[in-house]
Amino acid sequence: MFEVVLAVVRRDLKLAWRRQADIGAALFFFVIVASLFPLGVGPEPDLLRKLSPGVLWVGALLSTLLTLPRLFADDFRDGSLEQLMLAPQPLGLVVLGKVIAHWLVAGLPLALVAPVLGLQFDLPGDALAVLTLSIALGTPALSGIGAIGAALTLGLRGGAVLLSLLILPLYVPVLIFGAGAVDATLTGLGPQAHLSLLAALTVAGLCFAPFAAAAGLRIAVD
Amino acid sequence: MSNLNLFHYAAPATFYPLAGRLRPLFVALAILFGAAGLWLGLFVAPTDFQQGEGYRIIFVHVPASWMSMFIYCAMAFWGAMNLVFNTRLSGMMAQALAPTGALFAFLSLWTGALWGKPMWGTWWVWDARLTSELVLFFLYVGYMALVASIDDPRRADKAGAVLLLVGVVNIPIIYFSVQWWSTLHQGASISMTKAPSMAHTMLWGMLLMALSFWMYTIAVAFARVRAIILDRERHTDWVRALVRQA
Amino acid sequence: MHWNSASEFFAMGGYALYVWGSLGVTALALVVEPILVARRRLNVVNRLKRELRAEELETTAARKSA
Repeated sequence: MFEVVLAVVRRDLKLAWRRQADIGAALFFFVIVASLFPLGVGPEPDLLRKLSPGVLWVGALLSTLLTLPRLFADDFRDGSLEQLMLAPQPLGLVVLGKVIAHWLVAGLPLALVAPVLGLQFDLPGDALAVLTLSIALGTPALSGIGAIGAALTLGLRGGAVLLSLLILPLYVPVLIFGAGAVDATLTGLGPQAHLSLLAALTVAGLCFAPFAAAAGLRIAVD
Repeated sequence: MSNLNLFHYAAPATFYPLAGRLRPLFVALAILFGAAGLWLGLFVAPTDFQQGEGYRIIFVHVPASWMSMFIYCAMAFWGAMNLVFNTRLSGMMAQALAPTGALFAFLSLWTGALWGKPMWGTWWVWDARLTSELVLFFLYVGYMALVASIDDPRRADKAGAVLLLVGVVNIPIIYFSVQWWSTLHQGASISMTKAPSMAHTMLWGMLLMALSFWMYTIAVAFARVRAIILDRERHTDWVRALVRQA
Repeated sequence: MHWNSASEFFAMGGYALYVWGSLGVTALALVVEPILVARRRLNVVNRLKRELRAEELETTAARKSA
């Protein structure tokens, strides 16, 4: 059954490899947004350290949002989405494969770049590690929930703006636990509670969101 | 057999006149309960010993917050009915309720700000309840934007229903996360969120106002669903006959 | 009854702006919304009437030319 998921992941990674520029652009968006904040609020290290969990997490959230509209749009345009829907395998598993592929190309790079940006904000070593871990752990949930929005807004005018309107309120818990984990490390409380809640969100997101997104796709394509 | 009966009223052509006949009843009830609630709230309820007369905002603030949450759940219910039974009317009901729900969420935020200013010294506090209400308001706006941007009404109903169900599952998670967040950052907010100790008259005033808002919601949703029905069923014979008479 | 005079009632113990600001905006919203909804229904009816009339004109014109 999970061969479907793997096959979709492999296919989507191959497609993503052909348009690296898009992935690079979303990643640079994250870097630029994070670098603009010190210019806006001033260079005091204490203030920046206090702001950094929120700023970096909101940046990661917005960057994920940039790549979401294309999650289904390309397949929709060239007709391969309809083929996938006619396949005997459950559509939810296909969507799960696409969500995992999206995380690999859009979420994981954010986690890898985040510690470098954290250095700009004067974060200590343990907080940098927690930042990386929390973004790596939280972005699958972002991709999963985002897939629902991408499915519902498929083929609509102004879909990208609409997508952010639908999805951003639903991202609130991920933001709170993700940024909270880094914040708790900074204040010495320890990030375990935040990280386990974040992991729970990700597991729940990956279990349920693909099926909701699949329902959304059937509605959008019929 | 009662099932059959319900589905009979689920046909837009039968529900349209029914909603029109029932609406005045709900308008009257809304006015009646509202008058009683305001009389209790403004004239009978005693002054609060901590908050003076300022606490009287509670008589609109709390019922508006209740309604904003309740209406979202009602919309999710209609959305689920739409997805499961494929009844057209339930999709229209969900859409008819949305603006009213958003209005109550807005009123809850507005009255909350006007209550916060004299009590906490600031228009806005990042208190768990206020923040969740704000997120709920965003959810309403997202739903209305989605439904408005889809031209095909059937797709709009279904897509909206999926979003509502996702939202209704997420609301407890959002509320829990915001609660968690606000207890961790307690230094930032003033911990005076406790409602004043309730006298019986206060409680009755609030309940009556909530009932009034409830009746209002039904009345206005009926009126709006009638407009939606006419628009969507414009090619049917009964709507044509109705328009010709009007 | 717990107020001594009308002016005391309207002053709300110094909280007039907040109490009447809340109640006033709520009352305004609950009056305006039904009016907007009624106008929406009227607009739909008028539009449908126009469409119907245009259709009838078309069919009579077609019958005449036939």
